[in-house]
Amino acid sequence: MDLTLHVWRQAGPAVTGDFVRYAVKGVTPDMSFLEMLDMLNEDLIRQKQEPVAFDHDCREGICGSCGVVINGRPHGPHKATTACQLHMRLFQDGDEIWVEPWRAQAFPIVKDLVVDRSAFDRIVQAGGFITARTGSAPEANAVPVPKRDADLAMDAAACIGCGACVAACPNASAMLFVAAKVSHLGALPQGQPERYDRVVKMVDVMDEAGFGACTNHGECMAACPKEISVDFIARLNRDLLKATLLPPPSGRDWSGAA
Amino acid sequence: MTLQSRVPDGPIEKKWDAQRFEMKLVNPANKRKFHVIVVGSGLAGASAAASLAELGYGVSCFCFQDSPRRAHSIAAQGGINAAKNYQNDGDSIWRLFYDTVKGGDFRSREANVYRLAQISVNIIDQCAAQGVPFAREYGGLLANRSFGGAQVSRTFYARGQTGQQLLLGAYQALERQIGLGQVAMYARHEMLDVVLIDGQARGIVVRDLVTGKISSHAADAVVLATGGYANVYFLSTNAKGCNVTATWRAHKRGAAFANPCFTQIHPTCIPAHGEHQSKLTLMSESLRNDGRVWVPKRAGDTRGPDQIPDGERDYYLERMYPSFGNLVPRDVASRRAKEICDAGHSVVPGGHGVYLDFRDAIGRLGAPGVAERYGNLFEMYERITGEDPYRVPMKIYPAPHYTMGGLWVDYNLMSTIPGLHVIGEANFSDHGANRLGASALMQGLADGYFILPYTIGDYLAQAKLAKVTPDAPEFRKVEAEVADRTKKLLSVNGNRSVDSFHRELGTLMWDACGMSRSAAGLKQAMTNVRELRERYWKEVYVGGKGEDFNQSLEKAGRVADFFEFAELLCRDALHREESCGGHFREEYQTPEGEAKRDDARFSYVAAWQFAGVGQEPKLEQEPLGFEHVHLAQRSYK
Repeated sequence: MDLTLHVWRQAGPAVTGDFVRYAVKGVTPDMSFLEMLDMLNEDLIRQKQEPVAFDHDCREGICGSCGVVINGRPHGPHKATTACQLHMRLFQDGDEIWVEPWRAQAFPIVKDLVVDRSAFDRIVQAGGFITARTGSAPEANAVPVPKRDADLAMDAAACIGCGACVAACPNASAMLFVAAKVSHLGALPQGQPERYDRVVKMVDVMDEAGFGACTNHGECMAACPKEISVDFIARLNRDLLKATLLPPPSGRDWSGAA
Repeated sequence: MTLQSRVPDGPIEKKWDAQRFEMKLVNPANKRKFHVIVVGSGLAGASAAASLAELGYGVSCFCFQDSPRRAHSIAAQGGINAAKNYQNDGDSIWRLFYDTVKGGDFRSREANVYRLAQISVNIIDQCAAQGVPFAREYGGLLANRSFGGAQVSRTFYARGQTGQQLLLGAYQALERQIGLGQVAMYARHEMLDVVLIDGQARGIVVRDLVTGKISSHAADAVVLATGGYANVYFLSTNAKGCNVTATWRAHKRGAAFANPCFTQIHPTCIPAHGEHQSKLTLMSESLRNDGRVWVPKRAGDTRGPDQIPDGERDYYLERMYPSFGNLVPRDVASRRAKEICDAGHSVVPGGHGVYLDFRDAIGRLGAPGVAERYGNLFEMYERITGEDPYRVPMKIYPAPHYTMGGLWVDYNLMSTIPGLHVIGEANFSDHGANRLGASALMQGLADGYFILPYTIGDYLAQAKLAKVTPDAPEFRKVEAEVADRTKKLLSVNGNRSVDSFHRELGTLMWDACGMSRSAAGLKQAMTNVRELRERYWKEVYVGGKGEDFNQSLEKAGRVADFFEFAELLCRDALHREESCGGHFREEYQTPEGEAKRDDARFSYVAAWQFAGVGQEPKLEQEPLGFEHVHLAQRSYK
């Protein structure tokens, strides 16, 4: 099939970008979306033009590197599918496709379709962990975890940190990402000691990074390639409320926090 | 140079304890005075960086991805082995040790494997404490499954995303240390060389992949945790960015490269679809627990699977290996698939595919029962192929997946360059000639959490380390060389893309040095690789600038290294005149077509010393002794 692409080209963070139109011919249905972009890049290289920059690595939907907005939808039209696993059989000959990067103040553009998602790492640094020094762990079966809790934790932990939730949200909120980590760790007995401190710290850094507030649109869940539920946002809010009712841990002042 | 494995004396059960006691310690107050560079942030790198920082060392960690969480360990699906014996089915440290040595076809170091089996139990404790959401039974205790042909259930798992969850555990521990200021993290930085001063590894030269800036970083020791080299085949299950650059450049600076010909071809991958295929996708080996592998009995049979009655199907693994059936080790399953397809029984056009059929499992367990076990894998398969495996059998074919070879290390995980440590898949490791399923995660985390943090202290406590800064002339010199090489790649200005060369190299290697190899084919391949390499440096077009975000340039450097490395891989395969594990030489097989080892001649680790590009490297041998596991031909009949 032959397609017309409108790809966002932007040389760097400080310059303005624009859509550039490309014709891609001979796309086959069994190609992935990224293989189609590879094909475009091969064409560009043949013409000694600069290829389109886009993030990608595992190409099997788990590393979270890839992510572009395809016809207005993060990762494209297929439910529960990352761009790397999106296949061209979902498109038709003659289609026009708009491809653009995640757009959010907290995700500055690096080049073309590549954005800087390091804000996610900073949020995890703030508290997205269980403090368990290497070597200090008790015997694994000493702490039983009800299967229901383990399953719930796994549902939340499936997040791949791609940032589609932020790109889908009209407020560019990172609530689904943060809620997934807060819920994963908060569902487990091992995560209880730091539970309330964790949620406050993570939400603080999220706000500082420039992500917007959650206003319950639910677009994040619809775009999430791992189908992380917005129920986790409710859990986060509940933990956050509880946290602010508790006395802060020593050395911290929660006034104005979160 | 002679290879000093530094395996401690004494009974095998006591070696690691003895070593830990013998090793020199760094005084707690002095740890902060030492700085360690960790390259790579997968299971091995992230766990090492976090653990070293917890001990009090200053750590700098580098990865080429935009976040340490994206390292390719994340894609491991199946699980992680540990000798916990939670299932009361007769597992033990000794049995895991035995299985791993035997599974590796007797080409690993016994003492290392025993230590790995011992440490396996601590890994599960550590990961559970970090909040890794392992599968649980209703009573809340940890669940296990049997995996990859093991006859005990010792594999721990987190749905089909075990690698992801273990990596996130290590990543979170690492991020905690970054937040505390103990680790300086450099994402989107690629290591392009290692710097030696007075014969010791004292730092690295990196390129900032966003700005293109080349800079030096000094340390007291360097740890490479940079993964394997399966992307030499272009099409593999590795992530697109996986490369040999860090280990190859260390090799060029003096680190011996061991057993490069031990490559693992995984039997259950989705067959390639066409000329634009960019990578291959693995379907978890756990599928072989319930799926049955078959092809039509009649070669060239083009009927659909539902048209072929049972009597006309060849369940060839069950036929050839009645006791292990579909669960034979990876190397055996892969080779048999190739043979049967080469004989004309392929079930996909192009001749490279067999069925993995769940019809009987669905009959036995019901579709919901199968979904409970493999639901996410079935969805993934359908997403990629457009076919529903509940209704039509999956089609699978082997693909390069893991590399057992790597930089040679001693018992303390140090390479032949003092101060340069190598962990995880990047070292030649504990897997011998073939890795068992669910053992890669175990080894990566054993190295990173529980071995390197001890052994590096022994080095730091004893090495005479003069103070160095990145301004030292040695750094300046290597920086200039790296910059030069980058400039050279950009200035070729030919007319072919990097990918097109990589694809051609990959095809060449897959045909001559993939699942089966012959002396004639390997010799020809070495000539072809050299010719293609020369053309690469004349015809490649990279484009763009060095001082910019330039993905084509990143790839160009990696492919240039693959070209040099490919020759060594072929040379090692040519020199090893035996078949063992993932290395199958057509000239050396039993009458039944099984791999035929030659223990009298090849019971050693082949460690190659670099002598110049295109020059014959020097072979060093580390003899392997088997005192505890009786040397035998593997039999899975």
